[in-house]
Amino acid sequence: MTVDGAAADLVPMVRAEKVRKHFGRLEVLKGVDLEVQRGEVVCLIGPSGSGKSTFLRCINHLETVDGGRMWVDGQVMGYEQRGNKLHELGDKEICRRRTQIGMVFQHFNLFPHMTVLENLVEAPRRALKESKDAATERALGLLDQVGLGDKAQAYPRHLSGGQQQRVAIARALCMRPKLMLFDEPTSALDPELVGDVLTVMRDLAASGMTMVVVTHEMGFAREVADRVAFFDAGQVVEVGPAQQVVTAPQHARTKAFLAAVR
Amino acid sequence: MTSLPAPPLPDIDKAAGPDLTVVPKRHPVRWLTAAVLLLIGAATLRSVFTNPRFGWDVVNTYLRDISIARGLAVTLELTAVCMLLGVVLGVVLAVMRLSVNPVVRSAAFLYVSFFRGTPVLVQLLFWYNLAALYPTLSFGIPGLSLDANRMITPLVAAILGLGLNEAAYMSEIVRAGILSVEQGQAEAAGALGLTRAQTMRRVILPQAMRVIIPPTGNETIGMLKTTALVSVLAVPDLLYSAQILYSRNFQTIPLLIVASIWYMVVTSILTIGQFYVERRFARGNRTLPPTPLQRLRQMFSTHAPIATGRQP
Repeated sequence: MTVDGAAADLVPMVRAEKVRKHFGRLEVLKGVDLEVQRGEVVCLIGPSGSGKSTFLRCINHLETVDGGRMWVDGQVMGYEQRGNKLHELGDKEICRRRTQIGMVFQHFNLFPHMTVLENLVEAPRRALKESKDAATERALGLLDQVGLGDKAQAYPRHLSGGQQQRVAIARALCMRPKLMLFDEPTSALDPELVGDVLTVMRDLAASGMTMVVVTHEMGFAREVADRVAFFDAGQVVEVGPAQQVVTAPQHARTKAFLAAVR
Repeated sequence: MTSLPAPPLPDIDKAAGPDLTVVPKRHPVRWLTAAVLLLIGAATLRSVFTNPRFGWDVVNTYLRDISIARGLAVTLELTAVCMLLGVVLGVVLAVMRLSVNPVVRSAAFLYVSFFRGTPVLVQLLFWYNLAALYPTLSFGIPGLSLDANRMITPLVAAILGLGLNEAAYMSEIVRAGILSVEQGQAEAAGALGLTRAQTMRRVILPQAMRVIIPPTGNETIGMLKTTALVSVLAVPDLLYSAQILYSRNFQTIPLLIVASIWYMVVTSILTIGQFYVERRFARGNRTLPPTPLQRLRQMFSTHAPIATGRQP
């Protein structure tokens, strides 16, 4: 259950508490602490293999957390605390919580056997049990919003990468999430298509959506993010206001990374 | 390639003039091989139609014989029932093979290794002789006691033998289909809040079908022919019906030809069916090859538009 009323505003949307994760012997996250407030846009930057994508995937429990706790909207994600033990939740309960968290992937992951419209209404109809009409109406509105109102009946493979990614964003928004996660949303795009996707994300940020964005777009991070967290070797090395971290980093590792990507 | 300037074409034109004829390269070897093959073909045909031992008049009589027709019906029935059993059990086994539970996974693995590792003819004989192993069947239910000899008729033994064996092969086909779907699809579905069962049913399996359908068509055609094995259990299928007839009239070769003709007719029909089923499941995924009808139309209309893979 979510905390309601005035108290809800005080609880951060995401709170990571010493989050640990390892794949086999490799420790990918070494106790990450991070908070994302409601309506805040936080960009995660850092070299590949630094754990930023894994951290993002821990937020909606696509990856299980091995140590520490991941709180989303005042609840531990993927687990239920009983006494001093965390019990992993069942498939159904995890799915119910995931309906409130939208996610956009690097490779779009649209369903190729469904039209654009079917991609959007699938989850609202199956997971939220909405009527076809209600879901369709909202889906068409969202497609207009991302500038693809005329592509409702197209199949994903007939769209450009930029268009597919905008459909993927609309698909996530169709669930009316409280939180949006973006995993390198522009990394697989041709350079001239990046702008359209970033524009949609900028509009979304301006509308007050809480967003966590793993990105290599430093310009976007500086302009749109409220705060930027720099990941290195499974730890948050530096976190602070976007302008400060991107233009005047404090930590030596951050400085080296930013110098290299410029 | 180096960036040399293109040869000056106008010069060639001037030197040779505009009215040169183009002589395509000759291919004498192609003509020769074609001629040899045609000769062999003609000789074979001549022998087939002049050798009286083929007994074409007998073939013609028995092609429409009622017991052959009944045998064909049994063969078709057996094919349909065994494939159905194979597909249903195959999907279950495939999902079991991909389970996170190691016991479930190993059980499916053992099933597949056993049924793929022994000849289907041996399996058929095993089922047929089950009564020798378990005279009464109770399935572990106290009080239940069935006479195995009466339960396991030749037809039941045939269905069990062929169907359970087919399930092992189908499970591998279905498993390959499921694995062919990108991991990202399941992640996207999960992130949207679809349960694992919904993800399998709505996202993974529809995409896996494209990979599953073509080999399943092959399996069906294979099954049709494999059913001929049940003649050893005295199930009156197409082959066994022919055998009964020739054991009485000694027209062995003509009756084997009759059976072969019917097997070929049905496999041809199944092949055509397979072509159209595959087209249906490939929709929206790639440009489809034209159907024979579309190809024919193209041949007879000049400047035909490039086949789009859709019937006009």
